Amino acid sequence: MDLTYTQEEESFRAGLREWLARTLPQLPPRPDPLDWPGRRAYDMGWQRRLYDAGYAGLHWPVDAGGRGATPTQHLIFLEETEKAGAPYVGANFVGLLHAGPTIASEGTPEQRARWLPPVLRGDEVWCQGFSEPDAGSDLASLRTRAWRDGDDYVVSGSKIWTSHAEVADWCELLVRTTPVSEDVPKHRGISWLAMPMDAPGITVRPLRTLAGSTEFAEVFLDEVRVPVANRVGAENDGWRVTMVTLSYERGTAFVGEVVACRRVLGELAREARKNGRWDDAVLRRRLGRLSAEFGALWRLTQWNVSESQRAGGGVPGIGGSVFKLRYSHARQELYEAAGEVLGPGALDLGHDWTLDRLSSLSYTIAAGTSQIQQNIVAERILGLPKGR
Amino acid sequence: MDFQLTEDQRALQGGVRELLDGRFDAAALRAAADSGTPSLDRALWRELGEAGFFSLRVPEEEGGVGLGLPEAVLVFEEAGRALLPGPLVATFLAAREVTGAAQGATVVTTVSGGLVPWLDEADVVHGDVSGAVPLRSVDPLTPLHRVPGDQQGWAASSEAPSAFTAAASSEADLLIAAEQLGSAGRTCEMAVRYARERTQFGRSIGSFQAVKHLCAQMLVRTEVARAAVYAASVTGDGAEITAAKLLADEAAERGARDCLQVHGGMGFTWEADVHLHLKRAWVRAGLGKAAARAEEELAAAL
Repeated sequence: MDLTYTQEEESFRAGLREWLARTLPQLPPRPDPLDWPGRRAYDMGWQRRLYDAGYAGLHWPVDAGGRGATPTQHLIFLEETEKAGAPYVGANFVGLLHAGPTIASEGTPEQRARWLPPVLRGDEVWCQGFSEPDAGSDLASLRTRAWRDGDDYVVSGSKIWTSHAEVADWCELLVRTTPVSEDVPKHRGISWLAMPMDAPGITVRPLRTLAGSTEFAEVFLDEVRVPVANRVGAENDGWRVTMVTLSYERGTAFVGEVVACRRVLGELAREARKNGRWDDAVLRRRLGRLSAEFGALWRLTQWNVSESQRAGGGVPGIGGSVFKLRYSHARQELYEAAGEVLGPGALDLGHDWTLDRLSSLSYTIAAGTSQIQQNIVAERILGLPKGR
Repeated sequence: MDFQLTEDQRALQGGVRELLDGRFDAAALRAAADSGTPSLDRALWRELGEAGFFSLRVPEEEGGVGLGLPEAVLVFEEAGRALLPGPLVATFLAAREVTGAAQGATVVTTVSGGLVPWLDEADVVHGDVSGAVPLRSVDPLTPLHRVPGDQQGWAASSEAPSAFTAAASSEADLLIAAEQLGSAGRTCEMAVRYARERTQFGRSIGSFQAVKHLCAQMLVRTEVARAAVYAASVTGDGAEITAAKLLADEAAERGARDCLQVHGGMGFTWEADVHLHLKRAWVRAGLGKAAARAEEELAAAL
């Protein structure tokens, strides 16, 4: 067990720090959270700066346009950018963390050449068309249909909880290409398509979250034509491709956020000392326990990254579910504690922590609810029998 | 950075598990628990000494094994899994100071958290035990005395020898945390095995989500504690050790309680081993740094 970084890793860190210190002051002011076009421009502008500096797609394979960095270097990148207060991956989330890695691992050379460079350059935004009104946690029950018509699939159905749909150029879309029957169980017969969001027949209806913002949308598909050439992976093999995508989502997507939570915890302590709430021993102890919690989650992240590195940097293991379960609840507890620190100020929507407290409610639901994650841990790691 | 066990560490882990399986298995644990009055198995103590258990961190030039804190943590995790009784941590920490401790010939105990385990069986006692009163110990495998006053932490006595400095106290916390981690892992395994074997309503209870989710949370608490304990053993950082003890105490106590719940009525009987894990977890949580102090210290460092 070794927690020290190599000379090479430390010089990578130093170079990154120096670049961040030089670059961050040049960034334009952050846009209003409700201004989607503004957010897109801001997030993609940041991606372009990363690209120009050689930090785009750091962890992607070299033949996919990435830098082929080790998982440890990627960890350092996420740690340092978060510490420096650099912009979050934002609108580029799906492209950089889900669709891109999936295409890099499952796509043809033509598909990689078409879709990967614009993600890295910050030219194209992707959204995720997985969930449906009747297929959220039970994703295999999805009903959006795709028929073959010449060189196209014709797609009809609807998707929901589609983040960034309003400003996306592409959608990683799961469709049913063979109906469920006795011969075709529901997780078979699914295909993974790259759908252009400007195709005729697509209607995007933004959904308002309990925080008041429009983070995600419903997407209605009425005989949308998607070229067969846009299918990633074999026809009816989309479930396996999707599992690749989801393991990326659950494996490394939260690294920077753990760093952010530790920073917020320090800010909570400073605020409590200032406003007198620190005299409350119950609150103090709560913050102390959260410190232990986030410290351990950071170490668990390093454990998982090292495991991935030993496995050759491939798809992260299902251990990501263990992390996600604990982290999503810890983050909610962090913002509950923020409510305690703020006192009456916790009811002020003008305070960042109030908005963050509201946003944190999605963490135990998004990317697989905690209940589903517990089933995954129980069945796939502990080997308990399937059931209901 | 390669935060995974090395080949040597895995081999050590496997070797200790094998040793304890052979020498202190489930049957031995039952026999000890049912004996009525716990007595220290001196023969086992010597065997542990011969195997290098107590001299693990003693430098090779002094006749020890010369390994580090991470290896000590792996060994104590195995001791926790097996629920090995005795003042293991105190004797381990005394290996360089007290003659015979390294060999398992001398049994050392210490005052900690206002308690002294194994006072009557120990050859050497660190800390002030004047006025010590025997308790009817909740743990049938750990006899306990209470000492008057407010003796916090590890042997907080002016008479304590030099080894028992703040560093030793911190190390003690880490080794106790490692035992708690082993116990948490073991109760998780016990719950999972029982949930697979036990059937109700015509199927194994492990197929019910309510049971599954208990088991999943046991694993999550154990793995989070494992990351904390292992990392603290690598850095040796005081605050990190404090956090590791806090999380490992919780993983062991709640793990044992959830394991008991999974076992249903059987879990409430003397015959099920799970109560032995729960009671020892309570004892360990009472030794060294307790939760309230750990949380206050971590908060102060924010």
